[in-house]
Amino acid sequence: MMEEVKGASSFLSVQVHNIKVTEVLQDGDSLTFIIVSQKMSGTGEFHVDRTYEDFEWLQQHLFSQEDVPGIQGVIFPPLPARLQVNASSKTLRHLGFLGLGEWQPYCKALETFLRQVAAHSILSKNRAVEIFLTSSDPPGRQKVKKNIFNRLSQAVEEMRKEGHKDVDDFFQTKRDHNFLLTGYTKMAAEKFLDVVLTEQKIAVACGHFSTALHLCMEQGENPEKQDFSQVCVKLSEVFNSIKKSMTSTAMNDMNTLGLGLDLETRYQEAEKEMLFRRTCKLVELQNATKNAEKAKPVKKAVMEEAKKATETEFRQICEVAKKEIIQLESKHVETLQQALVQWCEKQLLTAKESAEVYSQHLQTFKRMQ
Amino acid sequence: MASSTERSPPPFPDTEDQDVLDSEEVGGRDSDDDDGEELFMSASNTPLTKQDTPASPDSQASDLMDDLSAEPPSSQTEKSAASSSPEEFVDLTNNLESAESKVEAEISSPEPSDDFFDILGSETQKVEVEASVKADSGEVSSGVTDLPGGKTGSEQGTSSAAPIINLNADFSDNNQQPSRVENKTNDPLAQVLSDTPAADPKKPSSAVLDLFEDDGSDIFTGTPQTKPASQPQKGLFGEPDEDLFGEPLGAMSKKTTENEVKSSTTKAAGPASSTGGAQQDRKSTEPADIFTEEAVTTVPRTSNTSTVNSKANGVHSEEDLFTEATVELSLDSPRSGRKKEETSKPSASSSSSSLSAPAKQAKQPPAALEELEDEEEAEKEDQFDVFISVKDPEKVGDGMNAYMAYKVSTETSLPMFRNKLMTVRRRFSDFLGLYEKLSEKHGPNGLIVPPPPEKSILGMTKVKVGKEDSSSADFLERRRGALERYLQRVVNHPMLLQDPDVREFLEKEELPRAVSTQALSGAGFLKMINKATDAVNKMTIKMNESDAWFEEKLQEVESADQHFRKLHALVESLVVHRKELSLNTANFAKSAAMLGSAEDNTALSRALSQLAEVEDKIEQLHQDQAANDTFSFAELIADYIRLLGAVRGSFDHRIKAWQRWQDGQAMLQKKRETEAKLLWANKPDKLQQAKDEIVEWEAKVTQFERDFERVSATVRKEVIRFEKQRTNNFRRQITKYLESLLQSQQQLIKYWEAFLPEAKAIA
Repeated sequence: MMEEVKGASSFLSVQVHNIKVTEVLQDGDSLTFIIVSQKMSGTGEFHVDRTYEDFEWLQQHLFSQEDVPGIQGVIFPPLPARLQVNASSKTLRHLGFLGLGEWQPYCKALETFLRQVAAHSILSKNRAVEIFLTSSDPPGRQKVKKNIFNRLSQAVEEMRKEGHKDVDDFFQTKRDHNFLLTGYTKMAAEKFLDVVLTEQKIAVACGHFSTALHLCMEQGENPEKQDFSQVCVKLSEVFNSIKKSMTSTAMNDMNTLGLGLDLETRYQEAEKEMLFRRTCKLVELQNATKNAEKAKPVKKAVMEEAKKATETEFRQICEVAKKEIIQLESKHVETLQQALVQWCEKQLLTAKESAEVYSQHLQTFKRMQ
Repeated sequence: MASSTERSPPPFPDTEDQDVLDSEEVGGRDSDDDDGEELFMSASNTPLTKQDTPASPDSQASDLMDDLSAEPPSSQTEKSAASSSPEEFVDLTNNLESAESKVEAEISSPEPSDDFFDILGSETQKVEVEASVKADSGEVSSGVTDLPGGKTGSEQGTSSAAPIINLNADFSDNNQQPSRVENKTNDPLAQVLSDTPAADPKKPSSAVLDLFEDDGSDIFTGTPQTKPASQPQKGLFGEPDEDLFGEPLGAMSKKTTENEVKSSTTKAAGPASSTGGAQQDRKSTEPADIFTEEAVTTVPRTSNTSTVNSKANGVHSEEDLFTEATVELSLDSPRSGRKKEETSKPSASSSSSSLSAPAKQAKQPPAALEELEDEEEAEKEDQFDVFISVKDPEKVGDGMNAYMAYKVSTETSLPMFRNKLMTVRRRFSDFLGLYEKLSEKHGPNGLIVPPPPEKSILGMTKVKVGKEDSSSADFLERRRGALERYLQRVVNHPMLLQDPDVREFLEKEELPRAVSTQALSGAGFLKMINKATDAVNKMTIKMNESDAWFEEKLQEVESADQHFRKLHALVESLVVHRKELSLNTANFAKSAAMLGSAEDNTALSRALSQLAEVEDKIEQLHQDQAANDTFSFAELIADYIRLLGAVRGSFDHRIKAWQRWQDGQAMLQKKRETEAKLLWANKPDKLQQAKDEIVEWEAKVTQFERDFERVSATVRKEVIRFEKQRTNNFRRQITKYLESLLQSQQQLIKYWEAFLPEAKAIA
């Protein structure tokens, strides 16, 4: 694996799999993330602090590399949506799993983003990535230019071009499949989020109950009272265990399958965007071809030229896209598998621990009788 | 005298005696002899007095010896051991012993004497000195007691004469029982002394000493006059008696009438008429009672000497003091009173013959054993062989006139039921009707009648309308369970089980339609309970709660009620979340299945559909868990909120009884005033009528007081039973809950274990 990583990230001076987002610093409304990465040489670490704007800049910068052939065929690693301090529950809801907990899932998502970028055979070649990861000064904080990937314009165009018939069966299938999968993954993530949220609610409810039970204790020498108080205390402990069990179940859900589904959702979106870009190019090419055919002899050469250029571009995009899609698919299976296995193992562990604790409680109560 | 000896034993025996006596009285107050035996320790001297007052001195002396040497309690009652000294002695020793055993039980200190000395504090030394002094005089005498000389001596107006006699008694006992440890001998003395100075703060202790020396010898040399234990004391005290003894008696006692008469006669006749007093005493129908009263008075005497005792004041101050003294006792229940009674039997028999230390020690284990047995008994008591199940809720009729009928099956081996298995159909209002009948009959007596679930208009309307959704099914199941538990609680109650209405409810094919259960419906029922509570609160303020136990309990019940309500709300919200989780899990299962179907990768697709199945199963687990939460806790706690309401109801009934008694007393006071006015106005014709009325009201007051005492005792018993059952109930329920929790957790483990290879197989 080392070799693979080294090979992939030969343009970077850091070890890809050791990139970590370790901390979030909150300063008023702005959040700063501390990124720690190991040097390739193995001696020492880079510590840089980046804001969300820096991440955004990097993303945009990578989008707009016009000199790289077929860049539009790249499925860009998805950057999670902006995390807002004191966000309303609605925006938190929008963040999905990343809005849970104390930002750990969010850091995890950013970390994944950076790793994906650094591991990407095309994107990691960009100087900006290296600077982003190693330089103490953030790159190009000042210029965040909107480019063709502006989501808003995309949304408008999408309506027209989404249903455009593809010339390539492969891409047509992928587009259809992607359309289906995006919807389902998103739904699954949402439903799973509901489950986790409810589990957290149960944990809280158990905690309340456990606390309230302590209030039921009756003071006094009376053995009856002491008995009852003991029952209350023990029951309180039981509910505390249930709470712990629930909390860790929710945590497991969140950190494994939750994050997996979330990443999956965002990747599907990224793939969709890429496919859309390709479709746009396809439409452009078809238009150019039409124009070239219809063009008067005077302009024919120019049109032909334009058509050729577009065609090359399109071919490059298709080439890259095909690779990317195949790569993504294997990654997708891998991600989900990992998430499922980890999830299952953790849940099993939690369930076993809880069962152990419960049986201890049960023994206690049986002894009391 | 008895009172002075018993002043020393801490209040435990007294209060318990009272309890015991109360219950005895309820049962059969005419069986005094039996009482005497049973309550030997407390009532021993009274039956004796009754039996043989005019015994000759000689025979007494010998009798006395007999008594002291070896005497079973039964024989003692019949024997002519009417001389006061052995009685007192026995009395003293018994009380002492019981006190000691009590103290031991409470403080669990192996050395009761130590405790006493602790209590004494600085007085220990004095006690020892006096003990030796007494030992001298005691040796001179040969166990004969009580004489006119002694009385004249004490006419000097000292209440400490009582201790003297005690001491004599002790020392006669000491002589007879050389084996007795000196420490032990000191104990009673110490106690007596510790009390005496308190009772008579004006009196210098040196005077006490003098009195001891002088009177002691007098007493011993004098001819023994056959007098009941209490008599000499009265005679001796003369004036002090009035304050110390007469008033408390009147105030505290159940036997107001007799005691007052007695005390007044004693006052008038003075020492000379002690025989008359004895006769009076004999005349009194309730020797046991008197004794208790005497015993009781010992406790508050301390302050009674200093406080002016108007009748009404006497009641309060006395009771307050009494309660103060019994604060520690609050744990002691009627049950323990009964226990006491039982323990007192063996102790009486063993201790009447000897006071030796071994005997005392030997007494401890049996007492402990008995306690255990008692516990078991109590356990058994709650476990009647009657099992109720309420099943098959069925809607009868249509529209708004529809009602639910349930199948009530009773399984029992008790002979009081006609069949081993009975099944009847009852509609919901029948259950309410049963409760109404039971609470009407038994409520005023202080029983905690288990309440049925409230009528629920919302829930029933849903059922009536015929909406077959989960919430109405849930409602029916909850109600069914609540009804089952309600009936089971009723039949678990030893007294309610005997009720003909209960039997009728379980056995009879057709019941007359219960009417006017409307008032009990839903919110109305709760409101009623709340109103009752408010009333109780108001009354409590008026009542100037005489018994710290009840005061404490009431507060406990109130706070428990609040806590339970909070718990209930929390559990309900927990259940809501559980249900939500179950629903969400189901949704996730669905979308996992869809995701699986859309997945290209076969292995992943398979795993995802497997996941969907697992989640479906987990959903079922969550659902079961929600039901488990509901029925283990939410319903249990709801039951207890209802039961706490019933407990408060029983407190309410107790206070009502108290109120009746107070009203009666006020009326009696009025009648007395009328009599006094008539006497002043010299109208003999009306005087007789007034006197009759007084007698009538005295009887009523006595009755009311007895009612109150009885209700108090019952409530006490019931509350303790309730608490015990509550603990057991919770424990059982929690165990069940944990079992199912564990089971579902294990199920979960199985599911995950089955899924793990599937997840790993994706590649």
